[in-house]
Amino acid sequence: MSSVEFQHLAVNYGRRTVIRDFSMAVPSGSWLGLIGPNGAGKSSLLRSVAGLVKYSGDIVVDGSSLSLRSRSRRASLVAYVPQEPILPDEMTGREYVMLGRTPHIGYFGHPTKHDRAMVDDVIGRLGLDEIAPRQLGVLSGGERQRLVIARALATEAPILLLDEPTSALDIGHQQQAFELVERLRREHGLTVISAMHDLTLAGMYSDRLALMHEGSVVADGSVEAVLSAETLAEFYGVRVTVHREADGTVVVVPRREQL
Amino acid sequence: MAEQRRSITAKVLLSLLILVVVACAGAMSGPAGPDWWRIPLALLERIPGFGEGGLGISSGVTEREWSIIWDIRMPRVVLAGIVGATLSLGGASYQGVFRNPLVDPYLLGAAAGGGLGATIVITTIGSDRLDWPVDPVPLVAFVFALGTVAVTYLVGASFGGMKTSSTLVLAGVAMVSLTTAIQTFILQRNSDVVREVYNWILGRLATASWGDVVLVLPYVVLSTTVLLFHRRHLDVLRVGDEEAAALGIPVARVRLTVVVAATLGTAAVVAVSGLIGFVGLVVPHMVRLMAGSTYRVVIPLAVTVGGAFLILADIPGRTLSSPAEVPIGVVTAFIGAPFFIILLRTRQVTR
Repeated sequence: MSSVEFQHLAVNYGRRTVIRDFSMAVPSGSWLGLIGPNGAGKSSLLRSVAGLVKYSGDIVVDGSSLSLRSRSRRASLVAYVPQEPILPDEMTGREYVMLGRTPHIGYFGHPTKHDRAMVDDVIGRLGLDEIAPRQLGVLSGGERQRLVIARALATEAPILLLDEPTSALDIGHQQQAFELVERLRREHGLTVISAMHDLTLAGMYSDRLALMHEGSVVADGSVEAVLSAETLAEFYGVRVTVHREADGTVVVVPRREQL
Repeated sequence: MAEQRRSITAKVLLSLLILVVVACAGAMSGPAGPDWWRIPLALLERIPGFGEGGLGISSGVTEREWSIIWDIRMPRVVLAGIVGATLSLGGASYQGVFRNPLVDPYLLGAAAGGGLGATIVITTIGSDRLDWPVDPVPLVAFVFALGTVAVTYLVGASFGGMKTSSTLVLAGVAMVSLTTAIQTFILQRNSDVVREVYNWILGRLATASWGDVVLVLPYVVLSTTVLLFHRRHLDVLRVGDEEAAALGIPVARVRLTVVVAATLGTAAVVAVSGLIGFVGLVVPHMVRLMAGSTYRVVIPLAVTVGGAFLILADIPGRTLSSPAEVPIGVVTAFIGAPFFIILLRTRQVTR
């Protein structure tokens, strides 16, 4: 259970500003969805939380600044799933999940009995027993995605960062992956911050949405407030229809320009 | 996992056994010397507690024969083992930190630099050096090998900031071309020593003495120890710099440490044995094909299998065309390439 607070976060790549003055509080156990067109700064925001890019301003987790933590302490607080994770073909699923224990193993240390038990537990709970002994190169996209989530879970980090986690999956596997993250969020009280392309899925799983454009937040709040046809037209440059289903689900449907 | 750890231990022990057997075979072959079967006994009887007054093993080897075993064959076998182990360990480590299977330990210029150093000594001092108390060739080759890699690293780091390993690889390509060009230039103006330099470049173990072993041992031990301690980091690096960093691994520092350690060992063995190709590139892949790809097993097995491989390759090198020698670098490729192709083929069929 950990809250995340961004305080005037700014990221520059050379002279180009990719995030400007981003401030937001993400309550413990909630799911923040980051949406916005390509190049809006969603990935950079996640990468700054993971400690992969330099930033100014501050990211505060449970009241203390992330930049004050050691590299491995930070890694044990924040699990990061990149857009295109690298899965070495020859590595077994189990070895891959074991990599998630890295933040808990000392520089010259090796996995202990506790680490191995933890990995077994994660593999069991995610139903990966059959996949675990096999090599990553022979697995399907959906199986690989579940292993990536398993590795993130094995870090025992209370904060989970997902960068377009399902962009390579078909619609069924997309849903399975998000259902899995949602289940884990409820079971473990994870705080989830995810960048998402699919606006309907973003609306279904997020407690709160932040629409980013050229490094700034241009709309944030509840799903209903952010996913409006006018806002999306303005920042994505698309014509969409926004439907509201009876159960409260918001559905975003793109429309043809020429009829 | 517990099973996996036991299986790794079993593989390492098995490969150690093979190394000992191959080393005995190495000591048993060669011209002159006692009957081949007396040699393991002669070695055993000198271990305290095995010979007279202990188990009573007696080989019946004369003092003169023992001198052939101990002063001529054993240093050569031990040096071949050390050189093979270090090159293949260096190759495995380089392949790990650069995440590139086509990399060998000469990538950043250790071999080209060593070759340039040797060329300079041979052309400037020439045969006068035979009167010197210490042969300057290995020392200068060692310094040049380390110096070249250091320059490669500085050049690569100043452009790429160590964020990507590809700038380092490109800097290595540039430095290798540069040093090789300088070497060719020097050779072209001193064509009388081409043959001597060429012999050095082909690699040799023929003149091995215990002095060579003592010379390289400190660097090799240091290098091997450091690399063995980093085998888990190499496994984490397999998922890429970015994810490794997100998992809390200090990527740039690990890469620098591994490169320095592997280079130190490589430079030391290049200095005493010249440029022996193939071992550093292919033995790590043989290990992967036979024992699996995790660096927890690749790193220790690269040491034992690499050592055994070069000792084995050295046997036909000195017996086939005796008393002349086939250069060891030629034999490694000659034995290694077909074996590797067969291994690749059978593995693909079984998969």
